Amino acid sequence: MGEETEEITRDLTIPQLFYRQCKRYGSGKVAMREKEFGIWRPFTWQDYLDNVKYLCLGMVSLGLRQGDKVAMIGDNRPEGIWAEMAAMCAGAIPVWLFQDCMMDEVKYIVDHSDSRFFVGETQEEVDKALAIMPNCPKLEFVIWDDPKGMRRYHQEFLMSIKKVQELGKELDEKEPDLFGNMINEGHGENICLLFYTSGTTALPKGALLTHYNMLSMGQNLMAVDPCYDTDDFVSYLPFAWIGEQMMSISCGLQVGYTINFPEEPETAQHNIREIGPHVMFAAPRLYEGLTRQVQVKYLDSTWIKRKTYELATKIGYHVADLKFEKKPIPWYFKVLNYFAYVIMQKKLKDHLGMSRLRHAYTGGAAMGPDHFRFFHALGVNLKQIYGQTEIAGISVTHRDGDIKFDTVGTPIPETEIKITKDGEILSRSPSVFQGYYKMEEETKNTLKDGWLYSGDTGFIDEDGHLVVFDRSKDVMILNDSRPFAPQYLEARLKFSPYVQDAWVVGDKLPYVAAVMCIDYSVVGKWADEHKINYTSYPELSQDPEVYDLIQKQIEEANRGLPEPARIRKFVNLFKAFDADDDELTRTSKLRRGFMAERYKDIVDNLYKDTDTVRLDMTITYEDGRIQPIKTDLRIQEITV
Amino acid sequence: MNNGGGVGEGEILLRLENIFMAFGRVQALNGIDLEVRKGEIHSIIGPNGAGKTVMMNCINGLYRPQKGDIYFRGQRINRLSPHKRAELGIGRTFQKLELYGGMTVLDNIRMGSHIHLKSGILSGSVYAGRTKREEIEERNFIEEEIIDLLEIEGIRDQVAHMLPYGLQKRVELGRALALRPELILLDEPMAGLNLEEVEDMARFILDINEEERWKVTCVLVEHDMGVVMDISHRVLVLDFGNMIIDGLPQEVSENPQVIKAYLGEEDLYITRR
Repeated sequence: MGEETEEITRDLTIPQLFYRQCKRYGSGKVAMREKEFGIWRPFTWQDYLDNVKYLCLGMVSLGLRQGDKVAMIGDNRPEGIWAEMAAMCAGAIPVWLFQDCMMDEVKYIVDHSDSRFFVGETQEEVDKALAIMPNCPKLEFVIWDDPKGMRRYHQEFLMSIKKVQELGKELDEKEPDLFGNMINEGHGENICLLFYTSGTTALPKGALLTHYNMLSMGQNLMAVDPCYDTDDFVSYLPFAWIGEQMMSISCGLQVGYTINFPEEPETAQHNIREIGPHVMFAAPRLYEGLTRQVQVKYLDSTWIKRKTYELATKIGYHVADLKFEKKPIPWYFKVLNYFAYVIMQKKLKDHLGMSRLRHAYTGGAAMGPDHFRFFHALGVNLKQIYGQTEIAGISVTHRDGDIKFDTVGTPIPETEIKITKDGEILSRSPSVFQGYYKMEEETKNTLKDGWLYSGDTGFIDEDGHLVVFDRSKDVMILNDSRPFAPQYLEARLKFSPYVQDAWVVGDKLPYVAAVMCIDYSVVGKWADEHKINYTSYPELSQDPEVYDLIQKQIEEANRGLPEPARIRKFVNLFKAFDADDDELTRTSKLRRGFMAERYKDIVDNLYKDTDTVRLDMTITYEDGRIQPIKTDLRIQEITV
Repeated sequence: MNNGGGVGEGEILLRLENIFMAFGRVQALNGIDLEVRKGEIHSIIGPNGAGKTVMMNCINGLYRPQKGDIYFRGQRINRLSPHKRAELGIGRTFQKLELYGGMTVLDNIRMGSHIHLKSGILSGSVYAGRTKREEIEERNFIEEEIIDLLEIEGIRDQVAHMLPYGLQKRVELGRALALRPELILLDEPMAGLNLEEVEDMARFILDINEEERWKVTCVLVEHDMGVVMDISHRVLVLDFGNMIIDGLPQEVSENPQVIKAYLGEEDLYITRR
């Protein structure tokens, strides 16, 4: 056992590491905090250990065995991590579900993973479990942690975490060595997590990861960007996303930083500001949201504030660009940049909760250069991460001082990257997964001689940086064989605060066109100021003045692009894209293939000589209700 | 879902006897009797102008009926002013919101529990001893029992009148609960809400009625027949100040007079939103 950092070996398991860290820090250090009832409530490492221990023993006394699967669903909260760790301590395998999963997805994953236990958070998750139980005969126990609304449930297989922990205490009195023995029995090369990936194309696949996969990835990431046990991290992205596991488990446990849980998902932004984390990892969507928030506040503020902001960002952008180009920053620009920091950046970063941020990562999907530059101009050290669930989260990232916003950086230690003749990205490292659960065919296609076949295409540039194209097709070709990059265009469009989402089409078609989703709150506010009446998203999106507003945003994005890549026609959709309608993956990536089918009428009409399209389709609500929609959408042409 | 075990046999919490209330020549309430038992959700329905809100106002003391008696926990409260009745444990929400628009959500709710703070100006000014204990207790109560229950953590510090209508309705309920009432009068808590908000509100009403720590008796005025029939233990039907029937939801929905006077218009009320 090392004094400062734990050595990661092939033998070491996550529970063993967890146990050592709890013993090392004991009740002297805070392991996690949760904001509850308006106050941050700390849990020390000793509390963490006790909760995990009794929960683990409780599940064991209910019959949990080594190798069993435990399905888990719920918002980020200490109980979530406890349950995950408890399952691992018993040698069982946690399976995380996205908390907004529809019933079908829950059923598929619980059934496919052969889960015997289901740990939910509230009545909502319990209801999901009860609904799927008849179709999932292997599921035996359902555990919940929030008593709200649970007074009418009396089934025997249903119990609270507290009740399970009591059972655990009883077992501990009878067999005091059991918990320690179970932890010692584990081996680093056993499976520790079954992780269902959010496929953009097919059914979810369950990736099997070992303790060593997870821990070696964390170790190698922190070799690039060290973290310290005095750091704070805010856990608010879904546990079912590998990025969150990477920060909370792989890195967090190794280095022993404090994990903070927001009060509610809606208060996360506010809670982040209160904590001021040192490290942060999020999908591009979150950074896009922050950018939009700043732009809206800018539009709202007074003349003097706007001018201050403009001046400071001008300086910031200049300095950031010099850094990107690796040119020296002249002394007077250093002075000016400090001035910009004092008059604007400091305050803005504080509002965004980024005052203490050392490293911010974005990954999971591509992020537009405009957003990237925006954060660097603020002095935020934002870096790209590339990786997939199959390699425990990450294989490539930017290094400090070597950031290029069109690349994802260079491989982390112990990781090799290779490009095949067809341009497919292959990677090899100790973190490469063990295969897909019950899917041999898919495993064979993905895992060959220790190399992970990602299905992504890309190349390595002159500086050794990896450049990744879009998961499906980054470069599309018009029917006169001129190329354009839809994802790049979408990212540019989304830099406008009025645009929440965009979908660019034109593959094998005469020109580029776009389906736009307005940002309801920002455009709504704009409409209020311009005295435009509206009652709902569909109505607002079809307003002619809103069309003109969106057209201006598109013209802005078109500016400076080669003629074939410019958007010629667009339509405002009557709703925003939603994962519940299968339009996005749970990690917010566009599912282009599906969209092309679903909105075939729109796409067809974008290439006809018409200015409206009639839609007749259904939309799905989160609780599974389906509503038919009949509406006319306007098509507007942009002269380029 | 209605008629949970034992409800209906409990002691009588509120009793109205032969209430008459007229505004000029308009007879708003014409000899109404009502018995609300502990633990019940007792709904009052009727077409617009039937006298439902007048009845609420009589119970909490905004109006004084010209004839008849009102008993709360056996005590005759006819002559008590509204704030005295609040101290006895009668809380209410209003059909048209009566929040303090310029104050935050938290302050609005705290205002509701104001009458429970007993410490004086002297100890209050040094924040010690009893004041401190009281304030901490008060804070825990509001956070744990109200804000958590109504799921309004995200808007705690927002100014009330800036909130969407559905949330303001929730805050209004929160303020009424802060009084820690034994009986709560809910005047059209679902009016103007969308389907999802109605479902939430119905859940909150069931929660405060059924949860061990609350067990509040409710008098509910509501137009949404689906909700009324689903969650009420008893329903009283008014028509132009006259009582048509007071009975179990099923009896009410089968009563021909009720169907004629009110339920015939059901479609009207359902399509209203």
